[in-house]
Amino acid sequence: MTAGGGAVRGRTYQALLLALEITVPALLLVAYAIWAAAAESFYFPPLGEIGERFAELWFAERLTDDVLPSLRRLAMGYLLCVVVGIGAGLVLGAFRLVQQAVQPFAEFLRALPAVALIPFGILVFGARGDSMKIFIILVGAVWPILLNTIDGVRGVDRGLLEMARAYSVGRWGRIRDVVIPAALPRMVAGMRTSLSIAIILMVVSEMVASSNGVGYFVLESQRRFAIADMWAGIVLLGIIGYLANLLFVQTERRILRWHRESKGASL
Amino acid sequence: MAGVARAGRRGIPVLRSSFWVGLAGVLVVLIVLEGVARLELLSSTWFPPVTVVFETLGDLLGTTELWANVGWTLQGWGAGLALAAALAIPIGMLIGSFEPAYRAVRVVIEFLRPIPSVALIPAAVLLFGTNSLSMKVFLVAFAAFWPILFQALYGVQDVSPGVKESARAYGLGPGARFVRIVLPSTLAYVATGVRISSAIALILTVTAELVVGADGLGRAIIVAQTSVQIPAMYAYIAVTGALGWALNAAFQAGEARLLHWHPAQREEVRA
Repeated sequence: MTAGGGAVRGRTYQALLLALEITVPALLLVAYAIWAAAAESFYFPPLGEIGERFAELWFAERLTDDVLPSLRRLAMGYLLCVVVGIGAGLVLGAFRLVQQAVQPFAEFLRALPAVALIPFGILVFGARGDSMKIFIILVGAVWPILLNTIDGVRGVDRGLLEMARAYSVGRWGRIRDVVIPAALPRMVAGMRTSLSIAIILMVVSEMVASSNGVGYFVLESQRRFAIADMWAGIVLLGIIGYLANLLFVQTERRILRWHRESKGASL
Repeated sequence: MAGVARAGRRGIPVLRSSFWVGLAGVLVVLIVLEGVARLELLSSTWFPPVTVVFETLGDLLGTTELWANVGWTLQGWGAGLALAAALAIPIGMLIGSFEPAYRAVRVVIEFLRPIPSVALIPAAVLLFGTNSLSMKVFLVAFAAFWPILFQALYGVQDVSPGVKESARAYGLGPGARFVRIVLPSTLAYVATGVRISSAIALILTVTAELVVGADGLGRAIIVAQTSVQIPAMYAYIAVTGALGWALNAAFQAGEARLLHWHPAQREEVRA
């Protein structure tokens, strides 16, 4: 967004905007700190207390007991989503008949909130282990990747494919050098949506059936009325969400650099 | 979706071939599942035959219990989505058209948005109790707020400056410009945001029912599982999926109908 106006007005205007951007959140934080200290609310402990618990919990053995298992489930589930989503998407995008045959089922499973399958996952995989959580992440978060890959494959320029064929590039060569690069921007867009769904499902599956993990910890703290612990866990989940997205955007920028440059625009 | 009728040679609607292929796919899967259960390849207590599940579903459809559950779920979904839209549309339009407002809240948004909505479940329980509508509505509204907010923000900014200028040249006042130009253009984006949010809202409603035990389909599923009424569990899962499908289809149809004139009915990232 650009502010209109001359250079001089522009500069003071920009300074004003920056000041707004810094002071408003700072004021909100200060307001909360003052209010929480004065109100002594049971539900909203002072910031200092949350921060203290945050440091005590997450820089100690809880890190290996809860945080690492959560991250492991998230990473494995998400990786599986990427592999299955892109693999199946390439196949379904290429064979129209197969895609039409599985379409109704795919539409149904996509519309079904994945959390509804947690009881089913518990039946099949048991409540304790990682496999139930990974299964839930897969059935819930694979769809954006799968559907975007199908769309991306469909959108490949026919002429390019014909030309590759004319130059007698083999089937694998065409997939590797023509189809995948052309569909990549769509795949990456799907992967981004998928990531935030995967985090949600990681948390919920841990809340419903687990004996460790951050999701488990947060709900358990609330049940123990350890309110500062609960907020410390929520803040950690927020940070995990933020960092995961940041990491994704950085990677995306690297992977899709050629795409941006070829389009001559900023994405 | 498949199965859209189109005029045949003699004006009689015929179904597209994709419909029949899809139907065949569904039948094959159902028959395989039935066979697997009947041949006891998998434990039949955990994987009852499809016909048994459909029978249970048929019985359930005649009960008030099922429809009460559907009603509770729809209530949380609808109230949360409505609240999210009521907050997100004006805020999105305001910060989209007025840069100081955007800059003032940018950090707050960047901080709040990545919080996985479900992480707030314990806080919602604490504040609103386990079996209250407000607990559901709070969670649903928090999650459904973001897509609508960003769509409204992009929508306001995407109004073509040329169109705005010509409207000004034709002497339309600020009020008329807003109603005739900014609002319709933003509406197309907002509609997409509401559709995406509708799916998210259903996820959060079912999650709240499943995790916390508020009345609704999510609770019915987990109660059926823990009381080992496995066909009923599958039946409730099927109902939940059908509800999600129906809501999405309804929004898509409504959107296409209302906004067929708008170029934003174009490519979008499928969520």
